[in-house]
Amino acid sequence: MGSKYLIFLGCAVPYRVAAYEISARKILRKLGVELVEMPEFNCCGLPLDPVSHETMLILAARNLALAEQQGLNILTLCPGCAGTLKKVNKILKADKSLREQINGHLNEAGLEFKGTVNTKHIVQVLMEDVGLASIKSAVVKPLTMLQVAEHVGCHLLRPKEYIGFDDPEDPQFLKTLIEATGATCLDYIDETECCGAPSVGVSDKVALQLARDKLNHVKEAGAQALITICAFCHIMFDTNEVRIERMFNEAYGIPVLHYPQLLGLAMGMTPEELAFNELRVDTSKLLKIVADGAK
Amino acid sequence: MTETATASKEPIKASELDPKFKYELSKMHGSEKLLKCFQCGTCTSDCPVARFSDSYRPRTIIRMAQLGLRERVLKSDTLWLCAACFTCTDRCPQDVEVASVIRVLRNLAAEKGCVPQVFKDQAGSVLESGYAYKIPELRVKKRESQGLPPLPKGNSESVRKSLKGVKFFEALEKKGEPGGQ
Repeated sequence: MGSKYLIFLGCAVPYRVAAYEISARKILRKLGVELVEMPEFNCCGLPLDPVSHETMLILAARNLALAEQQGLNILTLCPGCAGTLKKVNKILKADKSLREQINGHLNEAGLEFKGTVNTKHIVQVLMEDVGLASIKSAVVKPLTMLQVAEHVGCHLLRPKEYIGFDDPEDPQFLKTLIEATGATCLDYIDETECCGAPSVGVSDKVALQLARDKLNHVKEAGAQALITICAFCHIMFDTNEVRIERMFNEAYGIPVLHYPQLLGLAMGMTPEELAFNELRVDTSKLLKIVADGAK
Repeated sequence: MTETATASKEPIKASELDPKFKYELSKMHGSEKLLKCFQCGTCTSDCPVARFSDSYRPRTIIRMAQLGLRERVLKSDTLWLCAACFTCTDRCPQDVEVASVIRVLRNLAAEKGCVPQVFKDQAGSVLESGYAYKIPELRVKKRESQGLPPLPKGNSESVRKSLKGVKFFEALEKKGEPGGQ
């Protein structure tokens, strides 16, 4: 208890995924994690790594330098942002000449990277700072009636050399957090695979085929909902679910929840409070199961 | 974007091979271990994109780089299909950091002006607002009614100053096109 973090929103969350931010802020407040807004931050750098690695390093280092000025560690909702800030922190701390080169750029804007803050994704904060015991004791309406599937995605886990969190080949943390709500977390084929989001814009067809493949496996497993912890993954499965259904003549109807929405329900918050209305795939059937099961 | 190039059946001419390319790459951050690849194919068989693409094969890209097919690999559309999931990097038995090699190749292609529009849009947006996407005014305004704090304003001047001297951005600012093409 008593953790305090700078919240790094990144770009995709404020752009398209309000429900994630709304629900995350609510559960974190209730669990005693204090969030401080991060002024003047910029894109973490990851989206531009493909075109200019140097740009990615500068953008990430600028964010880290801003956090260092505040003397606070960073919490992100997006695993891509967390992974990038972690990786760049590690690279620049280890490589003096590269650090000097990047600081040369930051100095132009009156900033300096020192390597004094750490970054955690919300899942890591929940596991390490809040702790399972506190989460379990905050659960007042256990979701024992639900069988869901998880989608951890890539950047919370890979590349393992830089991230060093959970087991990329057999991740357990999100599963554990889901089970803390009382819900059952089902296994399915290719659980750790990519959602396809980074290939959108280059080849939508390939990207959507990746998401379709995962939705097929989630459906086969019999999951009533899919739980994500990433803005991009959520867009792939929720925003694009109908598009995938139409494109490939499939029928899923699988609601896609941000993990904080699932936890929030178990903590006794209402679907309205948790911004369920922002979700694209209809959740009324799922919420009815929860309501009936809670009686 | 169509998928061509790496799957190109055009015969390779000896004059296309640049024997220095692999050594240049070996000195660049991310592709230092290119020469350790012995073409086992773990990257391609574990690649989620390769499963659904007719032409994207990480092993092929690595081999083209080793052989010195500079132009062919840098102009290849399929280079841009990598989803950066890092599965290949984690599973490579030779620690080649396959995804990073592909990133280095993309960076080189971008310097030459071969870059999909989506990246140009994002780069332009970062220069303008600090964010990679143009966040609609409606979204920004809606935050209050959703009980969210105001969206922190980016400092584009500070971002621009930090990016001064970066080739990709200089080209983008000058001609509106990276690589100036």
